[in-house]
Amino acid sequence: MDFAELISSSFEALFLNKVRTALAGLGIVIGIGAVIALVSLGQASQQSVQNQIQGLGANLVTISPGSTQGAGGVQGGFGSATTLTYDDAMSIQAANYPSISSVSPEVSRRSQVTAGKNNTNTQIYGVTPAYTAVHNITMNSGTFITNADVTGNREVAVIGPTVASDLFGDGVDPTGQTIRINKIPFTIIGVTVSKGGSGFGNQDDMVFIPLTTAQKTVFGMTNISDISLSASSANDITQAENDAGYLLLQRHKISDPAQADFSMFSQSDIISTISSVTGTFTSLLAGIAAISLLVGGIGIMNIMLVTVIERTREIGLRKALGAKDSTVVQQFLIEAIILTVGGGIVGMVLGIALSFVIATFINLPFTISVYAIGLAIGVSSGIGIIFGWYPAKKAADLSPIEALRYE
Amino acid sequence: MIDVSHLSKIYKMDAVETVALDNVSFFIKKGEFVAIMGPSGSGKSTLMHIIGALDTPTSGTYILDGQDVSKLSKDQLAEIRNKKIGFVFQAFNLLPRTSALKNVALPMVYAGISKDERMKRAEELLKEVGLGDRLNHTSSQLSGGQMQRVAIARALSMNPAIILADEPTGNISTVQAEEIMKIFQSLQKQGHTIVLITHEPSIAAFSQRTIHIKDGKIDKVEHNGYKKGGGH
Repeated sequence: MDFAELISSSFEALFLNKVRTALAGLGIVIGIGAVIALVSLGQASQQSVQNQIQGLGANLVTISPGSTQGAGGVQGGFGSATTLTYDDAMSIQAANYPSISSVSPEVSRRSQVTAGKNNTNTQIYGVTPAYTAVHNITMNSGTFITNADVTGNREVAVIGPTVASDLFGDGVDPTGQTIRINKIPFTIIGVTVSKGGSGFGNQDDMVFIPLTTAQKTVFGMTNISDISLSASSANDITQAENDAGYLLLQRHKISDPAQADFSMFSQSDIISTISSVTGTFTSLLAGIAAISLLVGGIGIMNIMLVTVIERTREIGLRKALGAKDSTVVQQFLIEAIILTVGGGIVGMVLGIALSFVIATFINLPFTISVYAIGLAIGVSSGIGIIFGWYPAKKAADLSPIEALRYE
Repeated sequence: MIDVSHLSKIYKMDAVETVALDNVSFFIKKGEFVAIMGPSGSGKSTLMHIIGALDTPTSGTYILDGQDVSKLSKDQLAEIRNKKIGFVFQAFNLLPRTSALKNVALPMVYAGISKDERMKRAEELLKEVGLGDRLNHTSSQLSGGQMQRVAIARALSMNPAIILADEPTGNISTVQAEEIMKIFQSLQKQGHTIVLITHEPSIAAFSQRTIHIKDGKIDKVEHNGYKKGGGH
């Protein structure tokens, strides 16, 4: 019996019992589909979180004032100190480190903002023009804060799209209108482009005013809230932290870095933290997927076992009519392979389609996990072949008499 | 055609030895129609399995068509079954949901005969057993007698040295049983060697000679050549 004959008789046998074949195939389709969809979605959400963090600013390093040591040795709250100044930021900029491309000193407070009868509670940022470079801000209309606005201590404001719609309604360009921050009137000179995002740290719900105006006119403070640096490249982040850090230690006359009155964290720190969280999440999904694959595999195993047991008499007959043991095993093996490969392909298409639909539906980037595809198809065809082969081997080993007598 | 000498088969189970066949010898000529009869447990099934190359004896020799079959490997036995023995079973054992044509062609698949040739020969054989109008019927669309005729056509497909029929009328009505036995008789007249296993004297009577088996031994041999018009 040649190979083409074997394949055609395997197809015939599969076709003869459509329900059994469909059920066995379904187990494989669901197992593989679930693994591919779940792992792909896990990776997509990981990708999505990383993209959002990167949207905070390219290669961002943030320097925050450290905590103050109270008289009784009680540690003050984080960021409560007033150790960072505008001059600190300017000295970092003046040092012209190759690792640092932009330096943005920032002052921020929450405050009530009103425009006519409307009001909103939002985050007020006192910034310099460097803010746009460090935080990837682009303008929807108008211009951002300029150097002239900063040096001139002007009362001008750039607002985020959320603030614009809260105060002026949707679809209205508020440039030229007036808002009041702490009762002080500001003229709106621009609106930023929406960055998406929501909840805490929503980058659309902000009002930017010149740093000097924020310090002197609005909040009455001399220090700054933080300094944001943009490293020249992702590889320069550590160098940028070192350069800025040692300069500040020197300026603050601190010799032991452990005693620093400021702290630094970089975007890569956040990304690695978040990545480990989303990685855990992806592993969890993969775990669930692995369980569904296992269940699918057990389904395949069941159907294969039942199929072979059900066909014990057929095997006995085939042997009585001259089929060799190896021919019988080969036929069942080929049936199992056709079933698992066929089911695998359908499952793969289903899994990819499913992850595409879900990704589109919940607004995630659509990614296909090649790793998941390989794993799912490998495991299920392995299961299919082993559990197709084992009972077939057992049945082929039976004497034809016993197999024929099997009820 | 069949030369059995000093054939014994001993089954061992948990150190208990059961002698199923005890030193059996006989000879069946080419073109002969022989029935092997005996009550259940007599060893006739064991004898049939050995003659059918489904099993090997513990001792003794079995020569089929000039070839010693008693000491062959599993694969060699499969080839003997394919080429030299045509089986007809009590339970027909047709492939379910498969046409009569494909059932008859099955042994030829294992012999590596091309599809066109298989189908052509299967059709001829089905016409020969009177089923020319039921080529594409599956077993569920056939009566017991018709299924057994498909099985006989299948047994003939490789033009075997012997046709081995194990209680071929056990599952069909008396009227159809007689038709089946007539087919065997006409096959014998065409020169086929037929070995029939049965426990019914009325069925054994269609053969030329009946070998009675009892307790693993040949009890007696009966010549009943002319009883039912069976051959010579």
